[in-house]
Amino acid sequence: MPDAYSITQITTHIREIFEVNEHLQDIWVQGEVSNMRRAASGHWYFTLKDAGAQLKAVMWRSSADRQTIRPDDGDAIMVHGYISVYEPQGVYQLYADQVRPLGIGDLYARYEELKALLQAEGLFDPARKRPIPSFPRQIGVVTSPEAAAFQDVQNVLRRRFPLAEVILSPTLVQGADAPPRIVAALERLNQHTQVDVILVCRGGGSIEDLWAFNDERVARAIAASRIPVVTGVGHETDFTIADFVSDLRAPTPSAAAELITPNRDDLRLALRTATDTLYGLLDDTVAHRRADLTALRRTLGHVSPLNQVRNLRQRVDDRSARLLNLQHTRLDRLRERLAARSAALLVADPRAILKRGFAIVSRSEDGLPVTQSAGVAPGTGITVQFYDGELKARVEDKDSHERYKRTLF
Amino acid sequence: MSDINELSFEAAYTELESIITKLESGEIPLDESVTLFERGRQLSEWCQSLLDKAELRVNQLSPDGRVEPLE
Repeated sequence: MPDAYSITQITTHIREIFEVNEHLQDIWVQGEVSNMRRAASGHWYFTLKDAGAQLKAVMWRSSADRQTIRPDDGDAIMVHGYISVYEPQGVYQLYADQVRPLGIGDLYARYEELKALLQAEGLFDPARKRPIPSFPRQIGVVTSPEAAAFQDVQNVLRRRFPLAEVILSPTLVQGADAPPRIVAALERLNQHTQVDVILVCRGGGSIEDLWAFNDERVARAIAASRIPVVTGVGHETDFTIADFVSDLRAPTPSAAAELITPNRDDLRLALRTATDTLYGLLDDTVAHRRADLTALRRTLGHVSPLNQVRNLRQRVDDRSARLLNLQHTRLDRLRERLAARSAALLVADPRAILKRGFAIVSRSEDGLPVTQSAGVAPGTGITVQFYDGELKARVEDKDSHERYKRTLF
Repeated sequence: MSDINELSFEAAYTELESIITKLESGEIPLDESVTLFERGRQLSEWCQSLLDKAELRVNQLSPDGRVEPLE
């Protein structure tokens, strides 16, 4: 009888062959996922295959919990781990500790391509961005009900602006089915509600986790939304296509909730300030009216009839003074003229002439003045008046100038 | 003017702001400005009370478009 190994012995031996091979203890393999089974224990059991072969794989819960993607059947992935034998079933399998989606390079290329396409169409145009209402009454939220992001959003809203009403439009936010679900969730809000703004959000994750938000269908649904859309996807450093198309991009879901709401404490302060301003304005108004009244009263004094009478009286006084003045001037002038005339009269006084040696001759019988020799017959009685008295005389003879002339020549 | 107790926060707050602007213009007759002041004071109190008693309502949109409370 040849020596025979027990099954356990040979299986252990085979396992040891795997385990001494360093290459098999630290290896990356790639293939398509099938028969993915996530056990209640948290372990993942699946098969990797390609066109020619398949490999069983297991990932313990401790590793599974740390993965950023949850591969599903049909996904092309890379898996890291070691290969060994599961003795109870006599199968070799891959003990996986890390999974990565295949074709990350492709993803970036598609991202850049889609970004360029939508940008060329003008979907990122700042002029397309709609304003976000200051006091949203209803806020639509497109996310997964189980997501921590949704809790974060509710917490922020509860603290800042609990006057709002949240309407969750539930959706998947990850995986191949996510994009059409997100589109449908957006459309439901647009179609059935009058929310003031829509929050599209998802917490942080790997680039693959966030990939639904780089989907062309999602981008176009956001652009087509009747209601303004705010995105809060991933972390601060993640920029998705959805962010570029939305009306406002927030770095995180919590930040998105903050950006679309006023802060209750700020509002309280603003209201207190408003009330103070109101009281101040009322005081000002009354003070202004009082000042107006005082000014009015003063004006009224100026235009009162009493004042007019006063004014008129003053004008009359004024005129009188001027009149008096005028009269004085005129009288003075008259007085001067009178003096001049008096002087002239004085010169013409016959008595003054008599004093200089002249005499006035008149006929004694009738007192008529005798101013020439003609008409005065000899024997006529005449009166010769001197400055100091009269002489009665009788004309003796009569001569004329003709005789003087003859005598002289 | 509508009944203050039926105004939304936004409506009340906006009206309060416009009352202040009006009063600041200084072109309001005295009796009207006293009325405006009183209305503004009530609006401010109403807004404060809305903020104090508000509790966030969270609902969910069902696939057929009905809004129902989120459990």
